[in-house]
Amino acid sequence: MAVGERDPVTGKHTTGHEWNGIKELDNRVPRAVFFFLLATILFSIVYWVLMPAWPLGVTYTKGLLGIDQRQTVEKAVEEAAAQRAAWTDEIVRLDFAEITKRPELMRIVRESGSTLFGDNCAVCHGTDAKGSPGFPSLADDSWLWGGNPEIVAETLRIGINSTHPETRFAQMPAFGRDGILDRPAISSIVSFIRNNAEGIDDLGPLDMKGVEEGAQLFAENCAACHGAEGRGDPAMGAPDLMDNSWVISSDRASLSRTIWQGRQGQMPHWEERLAEIDRKILAIYVTEIAGRKMEAAQ
Amino acid sequence: MIAGLTATERQIGLVLAGLVTLMGAALGIAGRNDVLGYQGLLIVVFGALVMIALLRNLDAPEPDESRLAEYYDDPIRFGIVLTMLWAIFGMFVGLWVAALLAWPELTFDAAWASFGRLRPAHTTGVIFGFGGNALIATSLHVVQRTSRARLPDQVSPWFVLLGYNLFCLLAVTGYFAGITQSKEYAEPEWYADLWLVIVWVAYFALYIRTLARRKEPHIYVANWYYMAFILVVAVLHIVNNLAVPVSFGSAKAYSAFSGVQDAMTQWWYGHNAVAFFLTAGFLGMMYYYLPKRAERPIYSYRLSIISFWGITFMYMWAGSHHLHYTALPHWVQTLGMTFSVVLLVPSWASAANALLTLNGAWHKVRDDATLRFMMVAAVFYGLSTFEGSFLAIRAVNSLSHYTDWTVGHVHAGALGWVAMITFGALYTLTPAMWKRARMYSNTLVEVHFWCAVIGTLIYVFAMWNSGIIQGLMWRTYNDSGTLTYSFIESLVAMHPYYIARTLGGLFFLAGAAVGTYNIFMTIRHEPLPLSRRAEALGTDRPLVPGE
Repeated sequence: MAVGERDPVTGKHTTGHEWNGIKELDNRVPRAVFFFLLATILFSIVYWVLMPAWPLGVTYTKGLLGIDQRQTVEKAVEEAAAQRAAWTDEIVRLDFAEITKRPELMRIVRESGSTLFGDNCAVCHGTDAKGSPGFPSLADDSWLWGGNPEIVAETLRIGINSTHPETRFAQMPAFGRDGILDRPAISSIVSFIRNNAEGIDDLGPLDMKGVEEGAQLFAENCAACHGAEGRGDPAMGAPDLMDNSWVISSDRASLSRTIWQGRQGQMPHWEERLAEIDRKILAIYVTEIAGRKMEAAQ
Repeated sequence: MIAGLTATERQIGLVLAGLVTLMGAALGIAGRNDVLGYQGLLIVVFGALVMIALLRNLDAPEPDESRLAEYYDDPIRFGIVLTMLWAIFGMFVGLWVAALLAWPELTFDAAWASFGRLRPAHTTGVIFGFGGNALIATSLHVVQRTSRARLPDQVSPWFVLLGYNLFCLLAVTGYFAGITQSKEYAEPEWYADLWLVIVWVAYFALYIRTLARRKEPHIYVANWYYMAFILVVAVLHIVNNLAVPVSFGSAKAYSAFSGVQDAMTQWWYGHNAVAFFLTAGFLGMMYYYLPKRAERPIYSYRLSIISFWGITFMYMWAGSHHLHYTALPHWVQTLGMTFSVVLLVPSWASAANALLTLNGAWHKVRDDATLRFMMVAAVFYGLSTFEGSFLAIRAVNSLSHYTDWTVGHVHAGALGWVAMITFGALYTLTPAMWKRARMYSNTLVEVHFWCAVIGTLIYVFAMWNSGIIQGLMWRTYNDSGTLTYSFIESLVAMHPYYIARTLGGLFFLAGAAVGTYNIFMTIRHEPLPLSRRAEALGTDRPLVPGE
């Protein structure tokens, strides 16, 4: 443990200590360390002088710039609202028909509607608005409650089977479970629907059975809501069973299950979650743009 | 291992294990109508297994007095094995969580496999299981060698090591059962927290007692870092976990803090856990194993001391940078940000001290993957501390906060620094502990090194891209003044990076698996004949009793 021993590689002195073979050189701290320490501390001091920084009992040093994050945010929010007022006022004031005639407003509806849809609707209805089993497609021309913007805006406001006091209400009874129809009867109705609906190209041998009886049973049990022709009734939220659009699916198992156990789909109400203008934008976006965009894509 | 204990030590161990078992039984009975019951049962099983192991050897002959002339390394060997087991577990769960984010079906509709339970199992598994065991094992090695003193007794190191692993087991099994206090990196509930306090105090006492027995006139710098790690983690753990249990029969407790005070306490804890668990502790490891492997003196004693005090002082203030632009008062954010900026200097001084130590040994870095592990660790330490100070600047944070950039930053530190320095240390320590000339396969060390480097780079680059894209998408406005992108669009944009991240994690896990195999095979190999040990391993300075 010779004090002042030199490291043979660098020729520098060691501190003279050794721990299980480990030694330390007695190198000075590089100047750069002190320089950067000084620089960062100076930066900090300047920053403390300018910004809110040190606590003083019940208050704190406010900083020469007088910046406070709460005020900064409030101001930014106000400014943004003022900037948007140019078109938000118009959308609030005009009715749907007038808005759709104004290309510059429709451009904004397209832009912000897309984001609003993605943040609020896409989780159930899909980013492409085509829906998924149990969640109807919004990109086609088939609507449960009607597809004009006023009706959609109202659906957004109160929801379907939601907790809103004015909610839209629709319930399909559980024909099988509640003993109204037995399994052969349900099977016949399914055959009838599948033989008459548009776009069903997977008809199998089972679909050939009971079509006649199914027509009779349909008239007795289903027509009250879905209509004599099975084209649905927007007043009751009863879907069109003859078009190519299905809330669940058009396969036999899904249809049989629906008739057996009934359905009561839900959509939340948005009155408290989205501002009126946002719902208005969404209603136009969903009826005028989501569907058209899909058609254009096809 | 048990044969090395004296009869008295075995009896003390038996009593302690018995007390733990009783405690577990009491907890289990009090919590029989709660998930706490299962946790009690786990403690009973754990205590009973230790008791059985001790009882089977209770009548073994007294160990030879000659043991006192050697270092006490049994718990270190056990700790190395535990470290690698936790590494495999923690990194596997990490891989799973990464895959889950890319393919959400991988949760298999099971509550225990949901993201909220797997994620803390991953973080606890790697930080506390892998990192903690590595720190305990290496600290017990370093403190003995640099103090030239044997551990003061043979019971307390086992109490610390086994007790700590009982804590980790309680934590991880608790998460799967749905127990959490929802504080990041401090998820375990009150009973596990209390147990860790006992274990940690014993750890601190063990370390101090060993240092007090030292025969070297000076305390080596690595011990300073390990001591800071042990002491500060105790303070952090106790304060952040102050809570009142619903009842002694319930796993649930409520924090003593609420609102923004709770958030500030949590991030004071969280950031200093990074500082003192994942930085100070592993710097201690670096200060011993890097110069030892490089066979070079530390570049500058003064630099190591100034860095030590810089890091310990500055980190304490930095936690509030986790709460920029929140309900936390602006002035607290200012202090957190400025101290984080100053903190860069001692951090880089430490990294520079490590890299400059390698001067004169760069040919070894080229040839020896073990030393290269430690060199790369020092580089990643420098990179991630720079990134940390950068992200702490409010304006930068407004872009990076809540994005994957944070995740990338953490992993640059966790994979690049913490895990790499640990692997470097373990590859140095393992042959010495089992008296082998070298690792079973140097080629496999090389394979592990490249898996680790490639995995880390893929991971970090994926998260940088993903995080910055996220941050930009969330703040892009249309001309009309509304947001351009919905959140779900940013998720879609993340998907390729999440797959890349999973791939990076797979590389890293594969490397760790190769390393575990290599360590296992090294242990199974024949020890070196006594005559060749000195030249192959380098000798530890002798422990001379009564000197």
